[in-house]
Amino acid sequence: MKILLENVTKIFPGRGKGAKEVRAVDKFNFEIPDGKLIGLLGPSGCGKSTTLNLLSGLLQPTEGKIFFGEDEVTNLPAEHRGVGLVFQNYALYPHLTVLQNITFPLENLKGDAKLTKEERVKRATEAAKLVQIENLMDRKPGELSGGQQQRVAIARALVKMPKVLLLDEPLSNLDARLRLQTREEIRRIQKETGITTIFVTHDQEEAMSISDMIVVMKDGLVHQIGKPQEVYDNPTNLFVAKFLGTPPINVFAGRIQNGALYVGEDKLFDVSADAKPGDVYVGIRPEGFVLQADGPLHCSLSRVEVMGRDMSVVAGHPAFLDASIRAIIASENLAEISGDAVNFDVKPGKVLVFDKETEERMYI
Amino acid sequence: MEKNNLKAWLYLLPAILFLGVFMVYPLIDVFVYSFEEGYNSASQTFFGIGTYNYSYVLRDPYFLQALKNTFILVIITVPLSTGIALLISLGLSSIQKVREWYQTIFFLPYVTNTLAVGLVFMILFKKTPYSDGLMNLLLGLFGVSPIDFMDGPYWAKMFVLCFYTVWVVMPFKILILTSALASVNEDYYKAAKVDGTSAFRTFGRITLPMISPMLFYLIITGFIGAFKAYSDAVALFGTNLNAAEMNTIVGYIYDMLYGNSGGYPSYASAAAIILFVIVLTITCINLLLSKKYVHY
Ligand SMILES: Nc1ncnc2c1ncn2[C@@H]1O[C@H](COP(=O)(O)OP(=O)(O)O)[C@@H](O)[C@H]1O
Ligand SMILES: [Mg+2]
Repeated sequence: MKILLENVTKIFPGRGKGAKEVRAVDKFNFEIPDGKLIGLLGPSGCGKSTTLNLLSGLLQPTEGKIFFGEDEVTNLPAEHRGVGLVFQNYALYPHLTVLQNITFPLENLKGDAKLTKEERVKRATEAAKLVQIENLMDRKPGELSGGQQQRVAIARALVKMPKVLLLDEPLSNLDARLRLQTREEIRRIQKETGITTIFVTHDQEEAMSISDMIVVMKDGLVHQIGKPQEVYDNPTNLFVAKFLGTPPINVFAGRIQNGALYVGEDKLFDVSADAKPGDVYVGIRPEGFVLQADGPLHCSLSRVEVMGRDMSVVAGHPAFLDASIRAIIASENLAEISGDAVNFDVKPGKVLVFDKETEERMYI
Repeated sequence: MEKNNLKAWLYLLPAILFLGVFMVYPLIDVFVYSFEEGYNSASQTFFGIGTYNYSYVLRDPYFLQALKNTFILVIITVPLSTGIALLISLGLSSIQKVREWYQTIFFLPYVTNTLAVGLVFMILFKKTPYSDGLMNLLLGLFGVSPIDFMDGPYWAKMFVLCFYTVWVVMPFKILILTSALASVNEDYYKAAKVDGTSAFRTFGRITLPMISPMLFYLIITGFIGAFKAYSDAVALFGTNLNAAEMNTIVGYIYDMLYGNSGGYPSYASAAAIILFVIVLTITCINLLLSKKYVHY
């Protein structure tokens, strides 16, 4: 089922005397295509959970409309929306067994939808099979590992066959290895069931790796929506560029002058004649550097970290705005590096220029 | 190893001494007294060892009255006060804003002196030549003829005693239950809501199990407290509880020691041991039941 958000806004009143109201979500417009996995991405406090709660019906928007398919659900209470919701802390009922937890939503069904005990257990077992926990049905949540609890929570959300599955930071309580494994799992389950899924995370790598589309938010505002690779290659502003990618993009103070792009005193390359001259931010992705003895970017060399196939060249530059530049380069070029200076050429496609004032992307 | 053990015992010594002198020794002493027949506290002598004290106490109409009163008190006030406290706490926790403020109000009776509260009850229930008490005034509105609550029929006095006990224990229970309710993670309710759970089912399947440890704690301490009731009855009916037919087991024990009919530590000890056995039995039953119904 496709989901349409029209100008959805949520304002929380300020707490305490003179506190300012919080625009947790500001004019969210998005049509979520049917059967896709959407990654909702942004730093902590940017309004991801609020957006999810607006979709689930736990919160009512201050303004705007929400449609599920053709039906408007803006004022429909949570219990009638038929969404599956997985909480960050799983919210499994600690006093119920795994089976009882999974059948819990089914016991609420009324009227024609009412199920017999056998049907409920059968449905729960199917859901448990999907997430591979069918051998844990008689345990209590306290007797499960974090990853297993996560699966139970997903099974509980899936058992009522929701039209929409919402996951709020589902991986943040897992250790690194489980996180990797579980995100693949979520992807597989989503593919198998074809349920429109929205997945909240503050970890860009997580969102990039499994989403069909990502939505990048900050301070309640949607900054960019698109396919992960598109957003990575073509961020619309400095925030999005910095937020996506590990290691992060290297940002320099630069300027456009005499039809060329400069970083400090180094002239990187010529730009089109109609590019507006002035100060800019120059972002260079770590993979955008090329080792070249007479390259235009003159850096001081700090150290080289070899990580198998690639190496990470850590360097400095007077115009660089953070602690140290990181360039990712194939390890076979290790021999070319020596001394305490290194020169780079850059791949123009990996160089992103942003307006100094607005931090918006400049296409030069 | 040896040295460590010695150290451990040294650390434990103050606690052991204190508990030994003030808890264990008296307990054993009471037990011994209860089997010493015809003990005379002045001469510190007794005739023999046997179960006569128990058979005397169990045949004493005052003790049987006290036993009956105590049981009625326990059976009525423990469920009633816990139930009402739960209802009030549920109400309070749904009015988020005024909760703290209300908590203070409901807690006031707890820090108020028992005897002062007794005075208030006098005003509510006492019949004087000038007034029939507020309660009778209220009942009068419904055409009920005045009842003498403090000196009248047994059931009226029992009603006042139960009312009073419920009133006095309520604040503590409300305090415990409101904090127990507040400690239930909001996410459970959100999860239940998204799954379309009715309010009634949410309460039965989520809230109640989640607060069951606290509820159980209140019931056990409620039972023990009600079995040990005494000062409440004194506050309402004065010290001559036997005459008022309002004595409790602890009251009986006290009377046997110091009251007008006092000076019988053996009978008092036997009654105390009987009370101990009753409380122990009930608590064990409670614990067994809790295995079945209390979660975690
Ligand atoms: N119930 C609430 N009352 C007031 N402010 C809230 C409430 N819930 C969230 N907020 C505020 O809204 C903003 C977004 O919160 P949230 O959606 O939880 O962020 P995220 O999930 O992206 O970390 C934050 O500034 C937060 O403080
Ligand atoms: Mg959140």
